[in-house]
Amino acid sequence: MAVLVFADHDNASLGDATHKTVTAATQFGGDVDVLVAGKGCGAVAEAAAKISGVRKVLVAESDALENALAEAVEALVVPLMDGYDAFFAPATTTGKNVAPRIAAKLDVMQLSDIIGVESADTFVRPIYAGNAIETVSTADAKKIVTVRGTAFDAAEEGGSAAVETVDAAAGNGKSAFVSQEIVQSDRPELTSAKIIVSGGRALGSEEDFNKYMTPLADKLGAGIGASRAAVDAGYAPNDYQVGQTGKIVAPELYIAIGISGAIQHLAGMKDSKIIVAINKDEEAPIFQVADYGLVADLFTAVPELTDAL
Amino acid sequence: MKVLVPVKRVIDYNVKARVKPDQSGVDLANVKMSMNPFDEISVEEAVRLKEAGTATEVVVVSIGPQQCQETLRTALAMGADRGILIKTDDKVEPLAVAKLLKAVVAEESPELVILGKQAIDDDSNQTGQMLAALLDWPQGTFANEVKVDGGKANVTREIDGGLQTVALDLPAIVTTDLRLNEPRYASLPNIMKAKKKPIDMKEIGDYGVDVAPRLTTVKVTEPPVREAGEIVEDVPTLVSKLKAKGAL
Ligand SMILES: Cc1cc2nc3c(=O)[nH]c(=O)nc-3n(C[C@H](O)[C@H](O)[C@H](O)COP(=O)(O)OP(=O)(O)OC[C@H]3O[C@@H](n4cnc5c(N)ncnc54)[C@H](O)[C@@H]3O)c2cc1C
Ligand SMILES: Nc1ncnc2c1ncn2[C@@H]1O[C@H](COP(=O)(O)O)[C@@H](O)[C@H]1O
Repeated sequence: MAVLVFADHDNASLGDATHKTVTAATQFGGDVDVLVAGKGCGAVAEAAAKISGVRKVLVAESDALENALAEAVEALVVPLMDGYDAFFAPATTTGKNVAPRIAAKLDVMQLSDIIGVESADTFVRPIYAGNAIETVSTADAKKIVTVRGTAFDAAEEGGSAAVETVDAAAGNGKSAFVSQEIVQSDRPELTSAKIIVSGGRALGSEEDFNKYMTPLADKLGAGIGASRAAVDAGYAPNDYQVGQTGKIVAPELYIAIGISGAIQHLAGMKDSKIIVAINKDEEAPIFQVADYGLVADLFTAVPELTDAL
Repeated sequence: MKVLVPVKRVIDYNVKARVKPDQSGVDLANVKMSMNPFDEISVEEAVRLKEAGTATEVVVVSIGPQQCQETLRTALAMGADRGILIKTDDKVEPLAVAKLLKAVVAEESPELVILGKQAIDDDSNQTGQMLAALLDWPQGTFANEVKVDGGKANVTREIDGGLQTVALDLPAIVTTDLRLNEPRYASLPNIMKAKKKPIDMKEIGDYGVDVAPRLTTVKVTEPPVREAGEIVEDVPTLVSKLKAKGAL
């Protein structure tokens, strides 16, 4: 058996989601190869070769792959799948964008966002915003899977896989990259942060979101998250959203500030190790999952907490 | 330009799903059902394209039981022109949905198909991408903004680090994210008008597509429950508790 793992990267560095996906692939079994599709991504391939348990790294480079256009990735991966029993992609926005295209071309049902590998044909995945956990087996010959990073430990370093170049197929040429705005930040990424402070609608404005959340995050070396309500209102950027349809996180410590705890928000953070909630409404559902709840006005409690650290 | 919008009937987003005691699935008996929230966003976007004069007709399609008619009526009340119901009481997996939609596309020849990025019941996030692959069309998933102009759709996508814009040749597939728009509430006169709009009744057999399931549910279980912890009195207590736990 052999698994092809789709690497998460930005052409410069390899994302941690790759290591977690390799772990899931290892549990599936067989040889694990990593595909690095991009442009000018040699350093990424070198980094992937160092992941323990990887047999070889395939590198494909083209203009269309530079920005991981789904049409180009599909054209690259579908022929490669002749040599593999499974394709494992991290459940990042890129993985979610490309994997179902490959599944459809191979006439396979994808297994999305898995949190467990039971056997070579049976997987575990959350459904209904994580309110139910489904164990599901597939009759398809090839398995196309996206992997939820919080459910798997990162594979260790220490490998020395061979790096091989493969030809990048042209793709259907019907899509083109126009532009990208990536928020540059020195903060830990949400999906790998040890501590996350997350703000909700109660912050009231972008200024106050920054004024109250940033100093606290700085003191804790934390990543900053937000509820959908805070993002929709423009207090925080899109990619801060934690939840069923945003980012799934599981840090050591998650501090929810002025967040009510809707089903969709809980779906994204309830696997955090320790949850703290600060909310002025003692009835807020967030308190039902919080290890420590503080019933208080955030505009006084948050500065006090920041000073106390 | 014709726009096709697939809409799925799902558990209402305010309802917490309950697992059946026999672990065979989620209990949907007597549970409030609604249009998948992302699909409301898709309908809204299509209707806006029509109001802007870019789209000429908005066709909505749903695959599922008879009650999906209500879901289609909701879309018609929001401003869609006509509906197609592909009736089945069986569970239809995303790959099979994509194949049925491909057959509908062959009949309807839309230039744009707008789907939700994710159905909030199966949380699959795959039907739109699969349809794009089956048609060999380009895709703009997780759309935050859609501009249609001169045979192209420029789609700004919500991605992990921020936003990305792609230009797609039409025909194309778009899947909607939360910030694309805020869906309207249908007005009473529009709800009345929607009752007269046509819904074409179809069966899966009409499309000659293989919809046999590929997946078997082994079991469905409750997630581990998280016990509520303690309410702390004040900030210093919180800090000392967190320190004692080694969390700070
Ligand atoms: C399809 C769909 C997908 C969704 N996906 C997500 C998702 O991925 N992530 C997500 O977060 N949501 C998601 N939602 C939205 C979700 O249902 C809630 O609407 C949202 O999480 C609410 O955000 P909030 O808790 O910040 O706001 P609110 O529910 O308005 O809560 C604000 C809280 O702040 C408290 N508060 C007010 N003032 C203060 C103060 N001064 N000090 C302390 N506390 C105060 C209030 O008591 C209240 O509990 C989704 C919804 C849908 C329909
Ligand atoms: N049974 C269905 N009927 C109509 N549209 C559907 C159906 N299932 C999925 N879709 C569409 O596909 C999108 C994504 O669903 P999914 O891939 O299941 O998460 C939904 O938002 C709908 O637009």
